[in-house]
Amino acid sequence: MCGFGGYFGSGLVDAEVKPLLERMASAVAHRGPDERDVAVLAGAGLCHTRLAIVGLTDGQQPMSLDNGRLVIAFNGEIFNYVELRDALRAKGRVLRTSSDTEVLLHLYDEKGPDCLAELNGDFAFAIWDAGRRRMFLARDRMGVRPLFHTTVGDTLFFASEVKALLQVPGVEAEMDPFALDQIFTLWTPIAPRTAFKGIHELEPGHMMLVEEGRQAIRPYWSLCFPDLDARSRHTDERAAAEELRALLTDATRLRLRADVPVGAYLSGGLDSSVISALAAGMTPETLHTFSVAFDSAEHDESAFQEEVATALGTMHATVRCGEGDIATVFPDVIRFTERPILRTAPAPLFKLSALVREKGLKVVLTGEGADEVFAGYDIFKEARVRRFCARQPGSRIRPHLFRKLYPYLPGLNRQSAAYLAAFFGTGTDSSEDPLFSHKPRIRATGAAKLFFSADLRATLAGYDATEELASRLPAEFPRWHPLHQAQYLEGRFLLPGYILSSQGDRMAMAHGIEGRFPFLDHRLVEFAATLPPEMKLKGLVEKHILREAARDLLPETILRRTKQPYRAPDSQSFTGAGEKDYVREAMSVKKLAAGGLFNPASVTKLFAKSRQQPLSGFRDNAAFVGILSSQLWLETFTGSRLRASQAPSSSFGDRNGR
Amino acid sequence: MADSIKDTVRAFIVENFLFGDTSFQLGDDASLIENDIIDSTGVLELVAFVEERFGVTMADAEIVPANLDSLNRIAAFVSARTDKKASLTA
Repeated sequence: MCGFGGYFGSGLVDAEVKPLLERMASAVAHRGPDERDVAVLAGAGLCHTRLAIVGLTDGQQPMSLDNGRLVIAFNGEIFNYVELRDALRAKGRVLRTSSDTEVLLHLYDEKGPDCLAELNGDFAFAIWDAGRRRMFLARDRMGVRPLFHTTVGDTLFFASEVKALLQVPGVEAEMDPFALDQIFTLWTPIAPRTAFKGIHELEPGHMMLVEEGRQAIRPYWSLCFPDLDARSRHTDERAAAEELRALLTDATRLRLRADVPVGAYLSGGLDSSVISALAAGMTPETLHTFSVAFDSAEHDESAFQEEVATALGTMHATVRCGEGDIATVFPDVIRFTERPILRTAPAPLFKLSALVREKGLKVVLTGEGADEVFAGYDIFKEARVRRFCARQPGSRIRPHLFRKLYPYLPGLNRQSAAYLAAFFGTGTDSSEDPLFSHKPRIRATGAAKLFFSADLRATLAGYDATEELASRLPAEFPRWHPLHQAQYLEGRFLLPGYILSSQGDRMAMAHGIEGRFPFLDHRLVEFAATLPPEMKLKGLVEKHILREAARDLLPETILRRTKQPYRAPDSQSFTGAGEKDYVREAMSVKKLAAGGLFNPASVTKLFAKSRQQPLSGFRDNAAFVGILSSQLWLETFTGSRLRASQAPSSSFGDRNGR
Repeated sequence: MADSIKDTVRAFIVENFLFGDTSFQLGDDASLIENDIIDSTGVLELVAFVEERFGVTMADAEIVPANLDSLNRIAAFVSARTDKKASLTA
């Protein structure tokens, strides 16, 4: 895991090249504290900062083949590099190093861009093909590793994080108003758009080929589901559970490959517990596990975390997220998410990666992805109940089921059946709408646009983020089962755009920690997509097949536990006795007016309301966190105090060659 | 009577749920839910306001969209309730 950057084009004078590549590398130094280097090529260049995990002594980058015929800068891991290396050697190729990087170079040399089909990994990379004068960029299937790019004149610049691109002369940070509207609708910009106007991300499962004056971007893999009327090959549940278990075990085994110890995050829920159990079985008595505990009982899961850690016999460490902690780290969090966010949930994960670093590890397995792949989220159950209610619109009985979905939302549980039905749009949402499953969330989130300034509203006039999202759905989407449609919306958009980025890579890499996600092994993703919907969401029991597959791995209490969504305290983190100066400043009329995005008078009332009592509504909390993070984004990236990336809190010691 | 109830409720909604944003024209029959003005906790705030401001109490079974989901419905509910109270005390 690492950070990298580079360029291709004639837009730089020679003397500029090396200093710029060094600045770009330094901007993403947190991603790779172990080593740093640049490669100045003819009309192109690459830079790299390394987090040494595989091939500790001989995996330096940028790495070249045949004295610069091919040069690579690579972030991530090719987990099946051992098998690929054996196959390459069997063909007579000579590999000099023990790294996966060299395997990737040789595989590209053999197969060109088709090499992507053979990779099982989480990666973003750039390969300079000197003979063809071609830059080849690619990103992993699910969007674990980031890759951003922008074009100035005829020159392409690319990097692991936007902050490296902001080092390029002529690239200025400016908020893309449409991205902001998308965030305030869908929680994420719709890639390739980013929060930065003119800066794009390469989408998950896509490659980019750049030759003299020409850029071609195309998908090499996409998430897809069987037609509704197609017969599934999975008719026997037990056989399917066994196949799942074998795939997940292998996915975990591959992800334990490293020349340094690999730990695991443990939330106390089913998914991370399953992964920890599998990993503990393969690394007896040496597995380190890490958890976040909250002071607020509503969010805390430490009793479950301790139960699993004890049952598995792991060396367990916990970081407490107490009152004031979220506010303390939040400006740093936004410096790394590089986009406004509507929830504070990334902040505790920022603290958690610092704990891992402090304990001397740099790789962790996580349970992320299981909720997308095996239908764990409440939104899937909610959509099923909404369809159930819509079949009998006047029913006074059916809407009571909504209460079962959200036992942790007291405001909802006190409502009458008629109100429950109204909140979930059972009379108004068309079940033919491709976004049906997400309509209540989109409505509740979009209501926060109430705080947009008149100028911003004028810019956005006539624009509808949900229409754009709907226009991006594949042609076969209408033929899928409703659960699969909902899974696609989560897995294709929210997963890379929020979960794997703002809550994932960016929070872990802020402290030089690499997350690995067995549930997102593409073999498992493809397998799960072909499972009948009822094996995933059985009635209103989520991830049924995963529970079956993990039966003998975990204590019964964990196995039978209903999913508790991972949440952190939102607006109340920022108000009260320890209110920070930066919050007051960011929410001040002066700064709001200067930023131009929000209506100062309305935000002032919202801020005042939040100081009187904790905001309880979804919209008000989303608005508060969204406005504050947007203001911090402006301050960080467009303000006078634009800072190059620095190590956030912990210092990076002499970690080379561990 | 109904008009002054409506004005009072409208002012509360604009201040409390729209945070003073007067650019949104809140029609007398507009649904508060479908226009994304209130959510599940907002309903309870609205009930508390109606009870405290107009001196009525709402039973759980009365907390339904038919009584609360627009200015006109709220005004009709409050009028009916206060009329009843007035005739009882007359």
